[in-house]
Amino acid sequence: MISKEKRAGTTDAADASSTGVIDQAIAENRHLPGALLPILHAIQDRLGFIPPHAAARIADGLNLSHADVHGVISFYHDFRSAPPGRHVVKLCRAEACQSMGAVALETRLKARLGIDFGQTTPDGAITLEPVYCLGNCALSPAVMIDSQLKGRVTQERLDGLIASLEAKP
Amino acid sequence: MTTMYVPRDAAACSVGAEEVAQAIARAASARGDRIDIVRNGSRGMFWLEPLVEVATPQGRIAYGPVAPEDVASLFDAGFHTGAAHRLCLGPTEEIAYLKKQERLTFARVGVTDPLNLSEYEAHGGLRGLRAALGMSSRDIVEEVVRSGLRGRGGAAFPCGIKWRTVLGAEARPKYIVCNADEGDAGTFSDRMIMEGDPFVLFEGMAIAGIAVGAAKGYIYLRSEYPDAERTLALAIAAARQASLLGNDVLGSGRAFDLEVRRGAGAYICGEETALLESLEGKRGMVRPKPPLPALEGLFGQPTVVNNVITLASVPIILDKGAKYYADYGMGRSQGTLPFQLAGNVKRGGLVEKAFGITLRELLYDYGGGSASGRPIRAVQVGGPLGAYLPESRFDTPLDYEAFAAAGGMIGHGGVIAFDDTVDMAQMARYAMEFCAIESCGKCTPCRIGSRRGVEVIDHIRAGRKPAANLALLRDLCDTMTYGSLCAMGGLTPAPVVSALDHFPEDFGVSPAKKVS
Repeated sequence: MISKEKRAGTTDAADASSTGVIDQAIAENRHLPGALLPILHAIQDRLGFIPPHAAARIADGLNLSHADVHGVISFYHDFRSAPPGRHVVKLCRAEACQSMGAVALETRLKARLGIDFGQTTPDGAITLEPVYCLGNCALSPAVMIDSQLKGRVTQERLDGLIASLEAKP
Repeated sequence: MTTMYVPRDAAACSVGAEEVAQAIARAASARGDRIDIVRNGSRGMFWLEPLVEVATPQGRIAYGPVAPEDVASLFDAGFHTGAAHRLCLGPTEEIAYLKKQERLTFARVGVTDPLNLSEYEAHGGLRGLRAALGMSSRDIVEEVVRSGLRGRGGAAFPCGIKWRTVLGAEARPKYIVCNADEGDAGTFSDRMIMEGDPFVLFEGMAIAGIAVGAAKGYIYLRSEYPDAERTLALAIAAARQASLLGNDVLGSGRAFDLEVRRGAGAYICGEETALLESLEGKRGMVRPKPPLPALEGLFGQPTVVNNVITLASVPIILDKGAKYYADYGMGRSQGTLPFQLAGNVKRGGLVEKAFGITLRELLYDYGGGSASGRPIRAVQVGGPLGAYLPESRFDTPLDYEAFAAAGGMIGHGGVIAFDDTVDMAQMARYAMEFCAIESCGKCTPCRIGSRRGVEVIDHIRAGRKPAANLALLRDLCDTMTYGSLCAMGGLTPAPVVSALDHFPEDFGVSPAKKVS
């Protein structure tokens, strides 16, 4: 059991290390017209998520209100507010994949991992996310694993892919 | 030295093209064979991917689908000289699927190395831009008007008319925005262009910039396409190096440069005004029109917003002339459309044809029927906002007007086939659910209507007061169709109502007593 003090301390340390990333993302992109999305992407590319304290720093850096920044972060499906697992599996739910059995694939994968969309397995290995079309509709069903597109994903192929992720550190 | 082609296209790599390329390189070096592997775009015959081509004196010979473990036997058979093998498909250009197509926009995709600008030029690239640089702005715009090119993103608005509006706007600066937020399920032609022939897109954007007086372009790319993002970055660097982009486009003294901006997983950002909001760093909320983006678009300035395929079709129009392009097609649907054959079909892929081809030709002559071997029962054309069509509509020609008259929408040209195991009430529910997830929330019919739609369909499927709920569902669809701010809420009823009309039995209504 982690004590309250310890937990607060851990968060402070995490904040301190992510602050550098956040400030760097702001500094590198603030000159761009419409800089907010590039900044958020730069942060998430490096940290895997947008830490909650980032919104206030970005708001300061871009001279926006905190509400504006929070509104943008929460609008887009891509931006996570908590760290993902070691691997992110995006399963396509769109029509072409459905026509080739994506619903059964989804049901089985959720059961196997014991999680729903938007959740991470308890061992921190896999975060499962829905995606609405990966542009691989002639090779349905499709999934994306850590930015790697996979096509013609049968139950057996998905089982193999997941097993190899679980085995990876 | 033998030249071999192994696609770098994300779809080809999704079934192992990268591993095949590595296996070929290893095998060749182990055998002491000297080969040059070119990573081309995909030919768009996805059931044959990974498709490996070998350059021979008789032309390119295709082998596919190749797995890494086939590579040893391919070398043993002498495939690097184009020899016979069980995977040999003969000359690539003679494969019927490809041979019957009319590839104008996709002329180079799968043929050339997408990052090699001199090869691009050797295959007809840059001629359109060079022609445009010798013309007046007005003449370029009128050439595009005469070509009959209409917006390929889905709305089919005449491209030249949009350009004419931007040309006539007095405010400066002006912008060219390429809509590469290809969110419609069943579509991948934008992705294939960006990964397979990115220079044609840059050339089209540069022509647009020179035509309307814009020096800056943005490509708004969906985040689901990381491979396209990498290819675009490399291609932009090469294009700047060769002055296709920059302060002095092809030595003309005219400036045009572009930047890629990544979206963040919001389908609605494919709607042009939501896209502009997103580019400005805001929530992707739809703007009311007017003002038109042509007059008050990005950062409030005059802006051309065109889809990838629209812009990539411009160079050939400027190169070969409006008439050459307009001679393809039928009625007011001129030119070609890269159709995307997807879902439950045996031979899915990219089929660029003149307008006027029928769904039946696409599904059976090209697609070879369903992948599962069962009858094709329903087809969704035009993405998640497109209608579901039954077999009785398969002979309608794919022409914007004729297809609309038959209750369909061509949209971005995606065609998704479903076999007879599909539950159309489930598909209708999904259409509403998708709208609920992706609605920007600005207007009530879309935001609330879609959630209510899911609930009502759940009642119908559970057999709760079906007659009353079916009437309510149609009423709700009416409200969404006529009361929504943009096409998201306005067209979500299309798949729902078409499913109800054509497949009432899936909603527990006997076809004889169809609720109207």
